[in-house]
Amino acid sequence: MVFFALVSPTFFTIDGAGVWLESASTFGIMAVAVALLMIGGEFDLSAGVMTGFTALIVGLLTTHYGVNIWVATVIALFAALAVGALNGLIVVRTGLPSFIVTLATFFVLQGVDLAVTKLIIGQVTIQGFSRVPGYDTIQPLFGSSAPIGEHGHLYISVAWWIAVTTVGWWVLTQTRPGNWIYAVGGDPEASRAQGVPVRATKVGLFMTTAAAGWLVGMISLYRTSTVQATTGVGQEFIYIICAVVGGCLLTGGFGSVIGASLGALIYGMTFQGITFARWDTNWLMAFLGVMLLGAVFVNYSIRRRVTA
Amino acid sequence: MTNPTITQPPILEARSISHYYGGTAALTDVSITIQPGQIHCVLGDNGAGKSTLIKILSGLLQPTAGQLRLDGQPVVFTNPRAALDAGIATVYQDLATVPLMPVWRNFFLGRELTRGRGPARRLDRPAMRQIVRRQLADLGLNLRDVDQPIGTLSGGERQCVAIARAIDGGARALILDEPTAALGVKQSEVVLRYIRRARDRGLGLILITHNPQHAWPVGDRFLLLNHGQLVDDRTKNDVTVAELATLMAGGVIHLSDSPGESLTVEAGDL
Ligand SMILES: Nc1ncnc2c1ncn2[C@@H]1O[C@H](COP(=O)(O)OP(=O)(O)O)[C@@H](O)[C@H]1O
Ligand SMILES: [Mg+2]
Repeated sequence: MVFFALVSPTFFTIDGAGVWLESASTFGIMAVAVALLMIGGEFDLSAGVMTGFTALIVGLLTTHYGVNIWVATVIALFAALAVGALNGLIVVRTGLPSFIVTLATFFVLQGVDLAVTKLIIGQVTIQGFSRVPGYDTIQPLFGSSAPIGEHGHLYISVAWWIAVTTVGWWVLTQTRPGNWIYAVGGDPEASRAQGVPVRATKVGLFMTTAAAGWLVGMISLYRTSTVQATTGVGQEFIYIICAVVGGCLLTGGFGSVIGASLGALIYGMTFQGITFARWDTNWLMAFLGVMLLGAVFVNYSIRRRVTA
Repeated sequence: MTNPTITQPPILEARSISHYYGGTAALTDVSITIQPGQIHCVLGDNGAGKSTLIKILSGLLQPTAGQLRLDGQPVVFTNPRAALDAGIATVYQDLATVPLMPVWRNFFLGRELTRGRGPARRLDRPAMRQIVRRQLADLGLNLRDVDQPIGTLSGGERQCVAIARAIDGGARALILDEPTAALGVKQSEVVLRYIRRARDRGLGLILITHNPQHAWPVGDRFLLLNHGQLVDDRTKNDVTVAELATLMAGGVIHLSDSPGESLTVEAGDL
């Protein structure tokens, strides 16, 4: 980080902070939800496409079918919750690894996003969204920004990020469901024997992740006023990496919401830092890989110490 | 010490229980009671049907034939929750603890205490920590730190926590599945002492084991299970530890007067 500050003087200006905070915010929202899910012992590879899926629903319903923009936004939320519930139910009913189940969902949603969008509007990008009636009434909720510094913007997504992190932290550490999340991820059989509602907890976590996908979908839709059928594809691993860097065990039962949020902050800063430094952004992937391996290594040794 | 001849009405009674897995009989015509203030030991080798019996008493399995009676009334436990609600708790060999979670979180898992209302409803950590410490100390276990992951405790300590948890959860009858099987001599003693204290507090206990040396010092009554059948039923007064060992071996192997030499804690048996 210091390095980026040296290479690019704007990195640590208020303007620069607005840029990387915006970047970190959407990853942070997802990382918190994905971290909760991982602590609960599951993965969701459909979390990335979910952002595009929900944005497309709103885009298509409003621009093509004339549905009220608020109604469409709520419909998208319910669609997301339904997909999340389906993911969860399949996982708890069949006992199949969520990695496989949500990989299937990932492909289905990705295919549906592209095929349906092309079928309906003949192209893969929604246009004219900002001209939809009522756009101005809802846009500030997800896409507004306040000017900071000289030319910078502080986006409302940062407030969402802080809110999601706070709620996630509260639920995980201070409530009964939080206790159950740790438990079902740590040992589902033991949890069941103690009367923990294992299935409901897991399904709830999948729905939470899907809802977070919706929120991020709305944030990107209302900030840019457009959405492509490929939005979000490939992002799911970044969420997982943020959660792992933040201390979540891949094996479940351990991790923190604040950690995942900080993981997203590091990612956002690195992502924008590389851009500021005018490097090839592909370096980001290499950096991610190294960061992931390092984090897994540290987490693993901590776990070994605890359960030795 | 309790006197097995003064019998209070049983908490739970299993009458002529039989169980078949498909066509094979795992239990045939087995009767057993849980009495308040008594430890009934069920002894038997691997495959004798001990686990099957536990599963029936704890509501995990429905017997193929026979009847359960709770406080004298016929009862059907359709699931473990039903048995728990009736005060019948089971501590399984795996202990049903989550290793990475702190002791107090494990202790209250599924029945967490909260304070506050609505969205401010939150875990009552101070109360839970205090209760855990007190409950463990009451039975003679003093933990340095109830915030440490339960996986860092010794096997014996974990076993004691699981027993204390069941008692705190309102159990009046406890079924213990081989609580000493994975433990060394010292740890076994700690656990057995703990079990005796629970008995002295008036709980009814069933102790499943295949170790006569562990059963005899604490048990009030001994039921020997072999190939799913009850082959013997003795009270403390009419059996010695050596006889118990002999009976367990089907009366075939004759043991010397110091059975400790030939029978040790079988640590490998899980
Ligand atoms: N789920 C099952 N399906 C079929 N047979 C079983 C099952 N569980 C146990 N058995 C059989 O029932 C008998 C008693 O087993 P079990 O109750 O586990 O004995 P123990 O706990 O004393 O070792 C054994 O012969 C075992 O193979
Ligand atoms: Mg067994």
